[in-house]
Amino acid sequence: MSTAPLSHAYLILFKRDLLLAFRKRAEIINPLLFFVLVTALFPLGIGADPALLRAVGPGIIWVAALLAALLSLETIFRSDFEDGSLEQLLLSPHPLSVLMLAKVSAHWVITGLPLLLVAPLLGLLLDLGADANATLLLTLALGTPVLSLIGTIGVALTVGLRRGGMILSLLVLPLYVPVLIFASSAVSTAGAGLSISAHLSLLIALLALALSLSPAATAAALRISLS
Amino acid sequence: MSLQEFFDMGGYGVYVWSSYGIAALVLLANVLFPILERRRLMAGLARRARRERQQS
Amino acid sequence: MWRFFHQMGSPRYFYHLAGRLVPWLGVACLVFLLYGLYDGLVLAPTDYQQGDSYRIMFIHVPAAWMSLFIYMVMAGAGAIGLIWHMKLAEIIAVSCAPIGASFTFLALVTGSIWGKPMWGTWWVWDARLTSELILLFLYLGVMALHNAVEDKRTAARATSILAIVGVVNIPIIHYSVEWWNTLHQGPTVTKFDAPSIDIDMLIPLLVMAVAFKLFFVMVLLMRARCEVLQRERNTQWVRELVEAS
Repeated sequence: MSTAPLSHAYLILFKRDLLLAFRKRAEIINPLLFFVLVTALFPLGIGADPALLRAVGPGIIWVAALLAALLSLETIFRSDFEDGSLEQLLLSPHPLSVLMLAKVSAHWVITGLPLLLVAPLLGLLLDLGADANATLLLTLALGTPVLSLIGTIGVALTVGLRRGGMILSLLVLPLYVPVLIFASSAVSTAGAGLSISAHLSLLIALLALALSLSPAATAAALRISLS
Repeated sequence: MSLQEFFDMGGYGVYVWSSYGIAALVLLANVLFPILERRRLMAGLARRARRERQQS
Repeated sequence: MWRFFHQMGSPRYFYHLAGRLVPWLGVACLVFLLYGLYDGLVLAPTDYQQGDSYRIMFIHVPAAWMSLFIYMVMAGAGAIGLIWHMKLAEIIAVSCAPIGASFTFLALVTGSIWGKPMWGTWWVWDARLTSELILLFLYLGVMALHNAVEDKRTAARATSILAIVGVVNIPIIHYSVEWWNTLHQGPTVTKFDAPSIDIDMLIPLLVMAVAFKLFFVMVLLMRARCEVLQRERNTQWVRELVEAS
C-alpha cells in the first residue's frame, strides 16, 4: 500500500476536523458567547466611564480572548481520544507533528477565527477608537494561533486525565503571558496614536517560534500520554 | 556593635529577621520532607515484607 | 568514564552513593551558610541608601538565582531522560520541581518583605517579582501534572516535556515582562540590583549563593533517593535493604 503525500494527509485531516466541527455547531458558538459575555461583564463590574473603559479595554478583551481560547482547547482531542482515532493517528506513517499542525490549524479556524469576527463589536462596546480596533483585529489574527499552538501541547499532556481541565489552565496560562503583554499593549499603543511595528514584529516572532516548535512538542507529549 | 543594635538592624529588624526566619523555615522544610518521606516509605515496605512472610 | 555512567544508571548504585554524599554536602553547606550569614549580617557594612534592610538581599538574590537554575536543571535532566531513556535523569527532573518551587516562593516572599520598607507597599509589579510569580506558576503546573498522572514513568516523562516547553518560554516571558514593566511604569529605579555592588557585600552574597547551591544538591539527592526507593520497591535489593534495617 502506498501512502498519500504529506500535504494530502494534512488536507484530509484538516477537512475532516472542520466537517466534524460544523456538525456540532455548539462547540463553535459556546466559546464565542463566553468571549462576549465576559467582556460585557467588565463594565458592569468597574463602571461605565468611557475614559476608564478605553484605558482597560484592550486588556479586558485580550484576557477574555485568552480564557475563551483556553475553554475551547479541551475539545481539540476529546472526541478523537474517546473514539480511538487519536491512537490511529499515532500509527500513521506520516510525521505526527505535521498531523498535529493540521489539527491545530483546523481548531484555530473553528475557535480562533470566530473571535476575530466579534472582536470589533466588543471594541465598540468598550469605546476603543478605529485605530485601536483595527489593531485589535490584527493582534488577534497573529496572537490566537499562538494560543492554540501552545495550548495544544498542554492538551496533549493532559489528554487522558480525569481532571485535565483544571490542570490544563495551570499549565497553559503562564505560557500565554508574552502574547497577552505584546498584544494588549499593541492595542493600547495604537489607541494612543503611536507606532506599533515593534509589537507586531514581536508577535510575528512568537508566531513563527510557536509554529516551528510546538507541533513537535505536541507530538512528543501525545506519544507519552497515550503510551 | 551591641547585640541590641544587631537585632534592631537600623530600624529594619522586623523586615530583615522575618525574611531570614521564613528562609530558615523553607530550608528546614526541604530537609525534613525527604527524611520523613523516606521513613514512611521504609515503614511501608517493612510492613509489606512482614505481611508476605506471614502469608508464605 | 563509561563505567561511571553505567553505574549511575543503576538505581541501586545511585542510592548508596547518594546516601554517602548527603552528610558531606550537609557539612559543606552548613559551613558556607554560617560563614555567609556571619559575613552578611555582621561584617558587611550598612548601605548608605537602604540602611540595613538591604541585608535581605543575601537570601533574596541567591533564592532568585536558584529558582531559575533549578528550572534549568529540571529541563536538562528531563531532556536527558527523554532522549536516552535514562531512569535516573527522570527521577532527578521530578525531584527538582518541589525544591525549585520552594526557592521561588522564598524569593517572592523576601522580595515582597524587602519591598515594604523600600516602596511602602508589600507588592509592586516590579519586573523581577512579576517574573518570579510566573515562574512559581510554572513550577506549580509541573507539580500538578506530576500528581495528576498515575503511572510514575508516564508522569515523569510528561513533566519533562512540560519543563522543556517551559524552559524555552522562560526567556521570552522574562523579557516580555521586563518590557511591559518599562512601558507601564516608566524607568522606575529597581531597588534590587544596584549598578555596582561593594566588594564587602558581594562576598557574602556569593558565599550564600554557594551555600544555597550545595543545599539544593543535598536535598535533591535526598528526594531522589526516596523516589528511587518507591520505584524500585519490588526489586531484590530494596527488599534486602528493608530486611537489613
